[in-house]
Amino acid sequence: MKALLIRELRLALRSGGGAGLGLAFFLIVVILVPFGVGPDPKILAQIAPGTLWIGALLACLLSLDRLFQTDSEDGTLDILALSPLPLEMLVAVKAFAHWLTTGLPLVIAAPVLAITLSLPTETYIWLIASLALGTPALSFIGAAGAAITVGVRRGGLLLSLLVLPLYIPTLIFGAKAAALASGGGDPMPALMLVAGLSLFTVALTPFAAAAALRSHLG
Amino acid sequence: MRLSGRVLPYVSVIAVVLLAVGLIWGFFFTPDDFRQGASVKIIYVHVPLAFLAINIYFMMFVTSLIWLIRRHHVSALAAKAAAPIGAVFTLAALISGALWGSTTWGTYWQWDPTLTSFLIMFIFYIGYSALWGAVDEPDKAADLTSILCLIGSVFAVLSRYAVNFWSQGIHQGASLSLDKEENVSDVFWLPLVTVMAGVFFLFLTLLLIRTRTEIRNRRITALQAREIS
Repeated sequence: MKALLIRELRLALRSGGGAGLGLAFFLIVVILVPFGVGPDPKILAQIAPGTLWIGALLACLLSLDRLFQTDSEDGTLDILALSPLPLEMLVAVKAFAHWLTTGLPLVIAAPVLAITLSLPTETYIWLIASLALGTPALSFIGAAGAAITVGVRRGGLLLSLLVLPLYIPTLIFGAKAAALASGGGDPMPALMLVAGLSLFTVALTPFAAAAALRSHLG
Repeated sequence: MRLSGRVLPYVSVIAVVLLAVGLIWGFFFTPDDFRQGASVKIIYVHVPLAFLAINIYFMMFVTSLIWLIRRHHVSALAAKAAAPIGAVFTLAALISGALWGSTTWGTYWQWDPTLTSFLIMFIFYIGYSALWGAVDEPDKAADLTSILCLIGSVFAVLSRYAVNFWSQGIHQGASLSLDKEENVSDVFWLPLVTVMAGVFFLFLTLLLIRTRTEIRNRRITALQAREIS
């Protein structure tokens, strides 16, 4: 299990892995927004939480189809399925590795980018908290979507279409928590709902994903 | 198959009769609403379609569950046949709702919880149908779409409450329920129920036709496979 986690991390961090891609995409989205809506700090501060959340979601989506696709193409997935590790655990480890290499860098990069969007300083902690609690849900829901579309024709496009409706609750609660904090409201309820959603998906989506993988492996 | 073949003509005739009676009754023989004018008549299209759009989803959930547990092929095919019908009904409900909203709310679209949920549902129907089209082996496709449908159902409930949290609505709450003495004034209610029954039978007709087509398709493929080998 540990070996698998280390392998996943190593693959993602090497050149050609997905880790840098998501972060770069996140940077591009957030930097482009001020050019699109104009440099007014008041407007930027208002849309900053939503922008950062949408950027994180899209960056996550971008690297999802690598989760099982490359392993399925070179046969690694069949070998992993034969190992004593249960498929559910395999999915959980891979999704966790995906979060470590995609979600976590975004959480760390977000405050830096929030400066460029002139987000009030006292809300940084809430923004980081909402992203840190919410991005695991993105990775784990995405793992279920990736498991369903692995080896399917035009899988990447299909994956985005399938995962999009599933991401909406996380996006709503996550962005709402950060927006409430910057708007002077109480972000706690939204934050707790995000955390609940993450725990819920971490606990349950590996089973759905493993069922889908089993069907693929025949 | 034989039973469905015998039932089909009756079901389709019932659908046509109920729809014709209900719509003509609703459109020409009910008074205009004193505030909404003639635009209230969109209710006879909008409400039945929206009602069915949700219930088709529920039907797909049940049939997917039956497929995963009992491996009953017709069940998976019925879910496959229902999805495009559901997508069309959802889209029609959205469009008729937009037209209704433009006269009564003064806007075609508002990010209202009910409207947003329907939009999410529409995207889901499209994704579900696309997944059926993308996988070649029928059993694998049935497995994957069923799993997707189950995940989607959980998240459909979640989204329903999430969007409430996110935005205040202008769409009214449920005005139809079984446990009230009179829901809407009887002059509107009776034709509405007729149309709802009519749309239900319309769905049943379409579902039977589509499922029968799928079954025949499956049989032809099996026969061809036998001929080759």
